Amino acid sequence: EDLRVDGRGCEDYRCAEVETDVVSNTSGSARVKLGETDILIGIKAEMGTPKLEKPDEGYLEFFVDCSSNSPELEGRGGEELGTDIANTLYRVFSCENSVDLKSLCINPKEHCWVLYVDVLLLECGGNIFDAISIAVKAALFSTRIPKVRVLEDEEGTKEIELSDDPYDCIRLNVDEVPCIVTLSKIGYRHVVDATLQEEACSLASLLISVTSKGAITSMKKVGKGSLDPESIFEMMETGQRVGKSLHIALQKILDEEESSGASRPKVGFLG
Amino acid sequence: MAAVTMRLPAVRPPLDSSAPRGGEKHLVAPGDTITTDTGYMRGHGTYVEDDKLIASVAGVVERVNKLVCVRALKARYNGEIGDIVVGRITEVQQKRWKVETNSRLDSVLLLSSINLPGGELRRKSAEDELAMRDYLQEGDLISAEVQSIFSDGAVSLHTRSLKYGKLGQGVLVQVSPSLVKRQKTHFHDLPCGASVILGNNGFIWIYPTPEQKDDEAGGYTANLEPVPLSEREVISRLRNCILALVTHKIMLFDTSILYCYEASLPHQIKDILKPEVTEEIVLEARQRLLDLEG
Repeated sequence: EDLRVDGRGCEDYRCAEVETDVVSNTSGSARVKLGETDILIGIKAEMGTPKLEKPDEGYLEFFVDCSSNSPELEGRGGEELGTDIANTLYRVFSCENSVDLKSLCINPKEHCWVLYVDVLLLECGGNIFDAISIAVKAALFSTRIPKVRVLEDEEGTKEIELSDDPYDCIRLNVDEVPCIVTLSKIGYRHVVDATLQEEACSLASLLISVTSKGAITSMKKVGKGSLDPESIFEMMETGQRVGKSLHIALQKILDEEESSGASRPKVGFLG
Repeated sequence: MAAVTMRLPAVRPPLDSSAPRGGEKHLVAPGDTITTDTGYMRGHGTYVEDDKLIASVAGVVERVNKLVCVRALKARYNGEIGDIVVGRITEVQQKRWKVETNSRLDSVLLLSSINLPGGELRRKSAEDELAMRDYLQEGDLISAEVQSIFSDGAVSLHTRSLKYGKLGQGVLVQVSPSLVKRQKTHFHDLPCGASVILGNNGFIWIYPTPEQKDDEAGGYTANLEPVPLSEREVISRLRNCILALVTHKIMLFDTSILYCYEASLPHQIKDILKPEVTEEIVLEARQRLLDLEG
């Protein structure tokens, strides 16, 4: 029987609200409200030097802040949770094809774009990983990186020139960006998008990052309980199915927001 | 089949309270001056500064003769003798249990205030004290009545009746205590097929109606049989309806929950929590309540 406490089936998500471009001084931003969970993401593109082992690629840096949640997470308390989420995001995005990092390169070995992704956990209502990954994809979709040209001087010194037109920018291709699907094991079944009460009842969960084509890029098990190998296969299949429909719904909303343009009044993240 | 719905956020205007209430309500925020007349005595939620009576909480000003107090809209539960509460056991101590009831201090359930299984009445001996954990453990939910209040405000509970005791299978909904209407009885058997306990402390317990009413061994035997799907659907629907009423700050009592349940029947259970569906059913329920008042 497929009935949870709030009437959803085991594979249903709560109603999600997605909005991009809410923070004006960032290159890209998004706010996602998944039931009670509220996430705000801002992406800033800055120039930096590429990593030594990947000289012709840019990279992403994740930083998660959970201090606005509850008194126990104030100050240093939320650091553990924050680093946990950040490490998971690094792992999910460590797959080579997820973001086209070569397009972020300006000058091999010297200059590249670094995307600093700042995640703000406004309210935790269960299932933060899914909401964060949806918000990251939406924010990357809305990121606008200004176009730069490299001018070479006579002496060989390179100068970086920013184009004058503020709308002349490069957008990222987010087709391969994966989304995390959290499957929590409760009793003998597993559920998607657990609320806080359901998370308290589940001893083990599986975090699967799925691309829009259904390919699994990474997997992580959290929780102090154990998972049976057969149930892991079942959860993987469920994760792939749910992940595909999640991507379709998200892309539809992002396209809808893009096409409505400036005519739609922005709701923002205050209140 | 997975169902993922996403939408763009929209600003929803709050439901207009077109119903004229009897008399204007004097709403204040912390720091607002209530009156500059020095003839009043200050009650809860107020303080005196510079000969002015200032509110310290956000709420409604209530005046009884010369006593002015501010009743907060969102506050922890303040126990009154005779209230029914639903609480969760947090600690098992020497001769008592500590119960969490959404109040400022944990409530106390003394060993001498409980009913033993089978309804027997006797003095509790030392063996009973050692066997306390067999009756109620940490994490159990109980329904109890407030017996008395200690001087520090902590509430003392008792379960000296066969209708109180440990709760079995069901769903707990936590709401603000100010939304639960005070009534003669808080145990309701709704005609839709489930029963509900409206705790005055804001904890609402929805459970399947037991078939036999008088086999309660003091409420200590937990019925762990699986609940059939039809009853679970009724309970889920009731839970969503209660959350819908709470979102729009409607007082909770058996009639309002029932009207909201009937208004929600055309919709699917999981759709009730969508903002537009919530507004629709709450409006309909409120209309019926207003018609009932006459």
